[in-house]
Amino acid sequence: MIAPVLEFAEVTELTGPLVVLRGVEGVGWDEFARVRLASGELRHGLVLDVDEDLAVVQVLQGTSGMTRSGTRVSFTGSPLRIPVGPGWLGRVCDGRGGPLDGGPPVFGQATAPVGGVPLNPTMRRPPAEPVLTGVSAIDTLTTLVRGQKIALFSSAGLPHLELAAQIAAQAHTGTEPFSVVFAAMGLTHADATAVRDTLEERTAAGELTLLLNLADDPVIERLLTPRLALTVAEHLAFEGGRHVLVIMADMTAYCEALREVSAARGEIPARRAYPGYLYSDLASLYERCGRVRGRPGSVTVLPVVTMPAGDITHPVPDLTGYITEGQIVLAGGGAYPPIDALQSLSRLMRKGVGAGRTVPEHLDVAAQLLAALARERQARELAELVGESALTPADRRYLAFARAFREDLLRQRRDERRDLDQTFTRAWRVLSALPRRDLSLLAPDTLDVHYREGS
Amino acid sequence: MGVVTRVNGPLVQVSGLSEAAMYDLVDLGPDRIPGEIVGIRRDGATVQAYEYTGGLAPGQPAAALGVPLSARLGPHLLGGVFDGLLRPLTGAATWLGPRSVNVAGDQEWRFTPLAAEGDHTEPGTPVGRLDDAGALPYLLLSPGGQVTAVRAEGRLPIGAAVATVGGDQVGVTTSWPVRRPRPFGDRLGETVPLITGQRVVDLLLPVARGGTAAVPGGFGTGKTVLLQQIAKWCDADVVVYVGCGERGNEMADVVQELSELTDPRTGGPLARRTVVIANTSNMPMMAREASIYTGVTVAEHFRDMGYHAVVIADSTSRWAEARREFASRSGALPAEEGYPADLASALAAFYERAGLVRALGGAAGSVTIIGAVSPPGGDLTEPVTTLTQRFARSLWSLDRDLAYARHYPAVSWTESFARDGDALAAWHVRDGRAAWATQRARTASLLAEADRIAALAEIVGTGALPAHERVVLLGGRLIREGLLRQSALSPADAFSAPDRTTALSGAVLDVIDHCLDLAAGGTPITAIEEHDYSPLLRAREQPAARVPGLRDQVLAALR
Ligand SMILES: Nc1ncnc2c1ncn2[C@@H]1O[C@H](COP(=O)(O)OP(=O)(O)OP(=O)(O)O)[C@@H](O)[C@H]1O
Ligand SMILES: [Mg+2]
Repeated sequence: MIAPVLEFAEVTELTGPLVVLRGVEGVGWDEFARVRLASGELRHGLVLDVDEDLAVVQVLQGTSGMTRSGTRVSFTGSPLRIPVGPGWLGRVCDGRGGPLDGGPPVFGQATAPVGGVPLNPTMRRPPAEPVLTGVSAIDTLTTLVRGQKIALFSSAGLPHLELAAQIAAQAHTGTEPFSVVFAAMGLTHADATAVRDTLEERTAAGELTLLLNLADDPVIERLLTPRLALTVAEHLAFEGGRHVLVIMADMTAYCEALREVSAARGEIPARRAYPGYLYSDLASLYERCGRVRGRPGSVTVLPVVTMPAGDITHPVPDLTGYITEGQIVLAGGGAYPPIDALQSLSRLMRKGVGAGRTVPEHLDVAAQLLAALARERQARELAELVGESALTPADRRYLAFARAFREDLLRQRRDERRDLDQTFTRAWRVLSALPRRDLSLLAPDTLDVHYREGS
Repeated sequence: MGVVTRVNGPLVQVSGLSEAAMYDLVDLGPDRIPGEIVGIRRDGATVQAYEYTGGLAPGQPAAALGVPLSARLGPHLLGGVFDGLLRPLTGAATWLGPRSVNVAGDQEWRFTPLAAEGDHTEPGTPVGRLDDAGALPYLLLSPGGQVTAVRAEGRLPIGAAVATVGGDQVGVTTSWPVRRPRPFGDRLGETVPLITGQRVVDLLLPVARGGTAAVPGGFGTGKTVLLQQIAKWCDADVVVYVGCGERGNEMADVVQELSELTDPRTGGPLARRTVVIANTSNMPMMAREASIYTGVTVAEHFRDMGYHAVVIADSTSRWAEARREFASRSGALPAEEGYPADLASALAAFYERAGLVRALGGAAGSVTIIGAVSPPGGDLTEPVTTLTQRFARSLWSLDRDLAYARHYPAVSWTESFARDGDALAAWHVRDGRAAWATQRARTASLLAEADRIAALAEIVGTGALPAHERVVLLGGRLIREGLLRQSALSPADAFSAPDRTTALSGAVLDVIDHCLDLAAGGTPITAIEEHDYSPLLRAREQPAARVPGLRDQVLAALR
């Protein structure tokens, strides 16, 4: 059945990104709408509420320039669908999928609803293999696991975009097909150019899709950009058999758009004026990661969140942390990449590393590094209170260990790609700064092979 | 027949159903999306929809079904995975669109009658038994009355009737409205622990069978791991694990682990005693609200057979948020933080469904409820946390600093409580672990003293402390590392039976006492501090019988 496409003319209200129409009939909730302006310009919208013959439509490009009398709205009878397929690879598009690279519009053999459809939890395959990033601190301590969602938490002024772009440029899954979908939201032109440059090679190789919603693009469009990215990724993964990494930066900008719509609708706000459904809305994005029984391929999701005022309890990082399976936290002050290892955690790592995946002793090395860093933190805090001279010799060894950790393992150039061998060689050098008897989390035979006293 | 007039996400207004009853089920639109009536006005009803309402439009039909939201209870539950309305997910479509979940099933079970024609049966007593439904016999209970027909021994499918009692049919499955507690005889006064196998819980912060425990903690502090450990190893007969608005990967993981792990008491897979209800965070929000009630109804159903059931709900905050979301869409006046004003009474009513009772049929059974709480920003003063604290008998507060330091389970000994702690310790003493109550008291007081001294050391420096206080500091570390820490990843230590727990705490306390004696006798404190305690710290990975040997090794070297 072909849904009748009806045109409705009577706009009763325009507020924020919303259009209120009267006289509609047979329009369903969450339907996709086409909004034609008096100028002939075409915009797109979604139905947020239908009440008798009234419909509230959220316009993805915003309502600027729209008039009550000149606006025509038609409904398509279904939720928004987009073309999907490998045609997206190698393309640079705007936040709605329109080409920015001078190429033709993206076509696909198939279409899929941008909202996605929940995956039956019994059809999920628990994630169990790594995505390697070539960034030592991540690969050793917070390994990305295929099908996982893990957030990158940062603060204004820190190099999270550089790190996200470095991961997008370097990540791989060995010999298995791998692609990246990078969704940028609310980026400045300068940032967007930098990201585009970093990713140029991979885009040209047809391994990457870049979706760019810029800071001066319509705010509401940001609600679409990550959904577009995930829909493209799901198809590449579950129909095309690829391992797809979806990077979504910056989710804080996305959440602000959500808040704007909520405020325009006069909804009762929850924390910090964000809507009460922020958790569910974010989950409807992040939960689209995974692996599916009986199909090759995976979707790994890496949202980037800048914590307003560095506050990890702010609703956006907080609710993100409640949904993702771990986080990589950037904190100021350190060398690039300024990863705070103790606050960072990849929860699915224990299933995704080890013999046959990375190196056999991976989990023990990570646990030992973290235990030593935790001990160093205690010693450092004590030193700050009572002075370093009041520390025991053992505590001072931990301070030296942590320096070695930062200089040898953590610090890395922005275009430096380290393979696992290089990374673990460094990790063992760092561990060897401690006396062997302190390395109780490592098995004696492993120590025999790798430990080099005083190196 | 009603007509849809408004659709706003899961909130649907219909006209023409004003004569229906509150909480009755409604089928919405051509896809017959299930919903529940949550408000009635003169001209229509407000319906809370349990599936995605995309495409649902004003003018479409709405049919009231005349029954409240009910769970289908039966032998198919054990080992299965269900959605929030207790419809099977195993075998449903890969992607959950409308109507992709239905209630079919083609299992069969071996039936043995336990009553004969002409018998008079009391309500709640078994008229028959199914033997291969799970780890324990599945009992089919009488509504009470004279048995006029009963099946012969043999195999039965899910839809079969097994007996006629007092004019009513007893089927393999029954149905029960999830929001209504199932009846029982009376509450029992005894206090018996639920053994969780987690030392910090069993020793310091125990929960009773039929009790309630809440686990508040910020993200990543270890709520899910702790609850999953309990789901795997606690000594309940039936575990109902409700994944309420949490992660799909976690659900897949727990289901896989339960099917691979062996139940030490039956030798079968642990999955056979478990019912999993999965409403992941991307599944429809309002089914999340129902899933909590569905879960506790399933537990009550097994309690009525005389079993000890545990409901594990991860996370009750998502349930509260679903209620808030719906209330806000329907324009209800918000109370604290936007939550509806009935949050307190709803939480109280939920936790009240726990209890150790004499079931209608006379057997003792229990429902223990353990719920995770996910406070926004880790803020323990938010409404769901503070209200839950009032209704829970045990509180296991998870601490972010402990979690960052990888001290797991990150249960804070200062911010947690167990109201039945002393009574439950007395039970262990009666059960043959004579030192349990003293060990519990000593451990708690040493931890508190070590915390106090550590705070002091931050001001004056460790060097300025008297020797005996430095031993207490050391003792705190030995208790934390040698006793309370318990890795869920360690095959040898994931579960600690009471005998091993008491052996470990005894060993750690003996060493601390010995150190206190040495310090009092003039042994230099640095010699005590620098001593190698690693055999004691490694004892966690050893069977109970090895623990005293390791303790003696440390004691001998200390002399
Ligand atoms: N007992 C434990 N043993 C070993 N590791 C643990 C333990 N408890 C927690 N962890 C570690 O902490 C991580 C986070 O734990 P968990 O998933 O239970 O947190 P949570 O409190 O449920 O977080 P959220 O609210 O985000 O769901 C785990 O993935 C694991 O790495
Ligand atoms: Mg959790």
